[in-house]
Amino acid sequence: MKRRDFLKGCLISGAAASLGATSKSWAVGSFEGYPDAMGVLVDTTRCIGCRSCEAACNKEQKLPEPDVPFDDTSVFEEKRRTTEKAYTVVNRYETNDGQKPPFRKMQCHHCNEPACLTSCFVNAYTKTKEGAVIYNSKVCVGCRTCMVACPFNIPAYSYSSAFGPVIKKCIFCYHTRLKFGKPPACVEICPREALTFGLRNDLIKLGHERIRATPDRYYDHIYGEKEVGGSSWLYLSRVPAEQIGLDATLGNEPIISNVKEFLGMVPMVLTIWPALFTGFHLLATRGKDHDDAHSNHSEQEDGKK
Amino acid sequence: MKKLIASGEVTVDSLQNSSGRNWTIMEKLFLGLTLPQYIGQALRNPLNWIFAIIFAVGIPIILGRFFFGLSWVTHSSNDYPWGLFLGFGLFGMVPLSSSGFQLGTACVLFGRHDLEPIERLGLLNGLLGYLFAVVFLMIDLGQPWRLPYPMVVSFGPAAVLFLVAWHVSTYLSCQIAEVSTSFFEWIGFPIGIRAIRRITLGLTVAGVILSTLHQGALGALFTYAPGKVHPLWYSSSFQWIHFFVSSIPGGLCMVIAVSTIASKTMSWRFDQRFKDSLDRITISLAKGASMGLATYLTIKLLSIAHDNKWGYIATGYGQWYLVEIMIGVIIPMALFAYAIRRKQMAIIRFSAFLVVIGIFLNRLNTALITFNWKLPYREIPHWREFVISATVYCIYIVVYRFLLYRLPIFYQWRTQEELAPAYATETEKRAPAYAPKIEELASAYATETEADAFRNTETVAS
Repeated sequence: MKRRDFLKGCLISGAAASLGATSKSWAVGSFEGYPDAMGVLVDTTRCIGCRSCEAACNKEQKLPEPDVPFDDTSVFEEKRRTTEKAYTVVNRYETNDGQKPPFRKMQCHHCNEPACLTSCFVNAYTKTKEGAVIYNSKVCVGCRTCMVACPFNIPAYSYSSAFGPVIKKCIFCYHTRLKFGKPPACVEICPREALTFGLRNDLIKLGHERIRATPDRYYDHIYGEKEVGGSSWLYLSRVPAEQIGLDATLGNEPIISNVKEFLGMVPMVLTIWPALFTGFHLLATRGKDHDDAHSNHSEQEDGKK
Repeated sequence: MKKLIASGEVTVDSLQNSSGRNWTIMEKLFLGLTLPQYIGQALRNPLNWIFAIIFAVGIPIILGRFFFGLSWVTHSSNDYPWGLFLGFGLFGMVPLSSSGFQLGTACVLFGRHDLEPIERLGLLNGLLGYLFAVVFLMIDLGQPWRLPYPMVVSFGPAAVLFLVAWHVSTYLSCQIAEVSTSFFEWIGFPIGIRAIRRITLGLTVAGVILSTLHQGALGALFTYAPGKVHPLWYSSSFQWIHFFVSSIPGGLCMVIAVSTIASKTMSWRFDQRFKDSLDRITISLAKGASMGLATYLTIKLLSIAHDNKWGYIATGYGQWYLVEIMIGVIIPMALFAYAIRRKQMAIIRFSAFLVVIGIFLNRLNTALITFNWKLPYREIPHWREFVISATVYCIYIVVYRFLLYRLPIFYQWRTQEELAPAYATETEKRAPAYAPKIEELASAYATETEADAFRNTETVAS
């Protein structure tokens, strides 16, 4: 959490400096994930679109009955996204190379430096040391900035609820499984072993090993190894990432890097502006009858009474 | 109202009525009219009937939103979390409310006393704009009753929205304090006026700091979505500067726009000082707005050059971008340049309206129209969303008008000392009472500016 700590540090030290207090500085550094963070390697070349992961997720997270049963493959006719009723969905993508169309499972990527977390003004999100990005619905105000911030369009909102709408998203089965070292429900159920659960660092090695062993089978890239600062969920595929609906233009900088220029400016304004503008005031009104001059005449009258 | 004034009715602009009795609160609320007169003038105003129709439809829908949930009133979806309430209400109204800090800065910090007649309008415009931006926010938030959470329950200090929440709430308090001077005069509470006067400088400096930060922060909110905001409207380095700088002409032009509407509809409320100085002040504000627009245009182009996004100009979005820049920046700039020199007030006022429209367009483009440009579908807001937005905006206008009718914004509150001679010398028309006095004394202060002369006149007169 060094990067976030640094930003917090900026704000706190800015506030402290403006109060005339001293504060220690935080070290700058880039955060590359917890060393023991777990992850899942999604090998889309193995996925057959059976949707059993969707069913398992629905059961594990006690989600409502789906609109379309989990054995119905007509859902592949259109591109679906995660919703308040489905934390994970599988989509089919058309490629032009004459081979069978690939499927991709979609769920929260559990980023190392999650945009949702850094954009949340009540700190409802937590990146656990196990790698999961979990959400505390008890403090959520419902501003939905996390949904705007998420580069993968994952968080969903229960708009239909009038009195307690909350964010709904995959939490890596944290409370029921990951915390106890168990793989999430979707991984456990997958009949094709398209999903591999393990230490993130090991999975990256495993992914590169698979690419090296069978280069014909894979496009030489692990999506999620570096994208937006890296994520716990990693994708292997036969085709480039954008052909299976992953945004390849996001870059490797975490989302928060875009915001840093503004955040870095905040303490400057807080500390410099008061002196600057008071100084302007003194210069602009020097030698004039300034103090009481700024007034409506009646204020003066009232002042004299 | 004009007819009533013409027929010799007096309006409340001081503590006492002509017979030396203090106005009661009820009389003040009814503007010194009797109840039948007041209701009569309200019913004669066709605008009130339009408002009545809008409220009859809109208020039940607003209530419905809190009972049936957001999905009943909006098309806000998982892909488009922010709709009209934020795109129009919050992101559009906040920049147009920057007038409070700008006129405060000009008058208090920089000693621009020539702008004082309109300072209070600027402050009130700021306060109401923010207040109703928060009303829009309350309608949009999933759980609005948790709005104080970032202050007291759970802190996310690394989030831009955290700054926005803190700054908007502290700035609102600041603005309430600044505007309360007018209110204290109106109810007759001199202790309050003196208390506020002591902290005016502090409030104004605080206003500048908070405004700089949260106007910028609203822009910085979009830097969380680099892949979603269209590149022409997005700039990692300049986003907050774009929002901050565009709020400067926005706020000034909003004041011109409001004063224009007021001079068409409620000029009975203007005192002579305001009437005499309005054109001169409008030109000053327009000059300020032109500089703001020029800066804004420069950094807009700079940000496109910085990230080398010229290629996007040739696309459909690029043409839409050019439309926005033309309406909101280039045409008003040209018109301002032409009209300020020739003192053509109608053109200046027209361009101010263009700038206001341009600001709304820019914020809607950033937050809604070009948002998620990579997704195949565009979101069209639900009709109820339009109705609610229109209703809240009409409530804003009604509250604005209610305060302008009553508080000493367009006129100066007259005190007892002034009233005695004023009533002795005047019969029917009371407003031009100052005019002869100014001329008498103006020669004594020949070197001073007009505004200084005014002030000194008043001091001497009392």
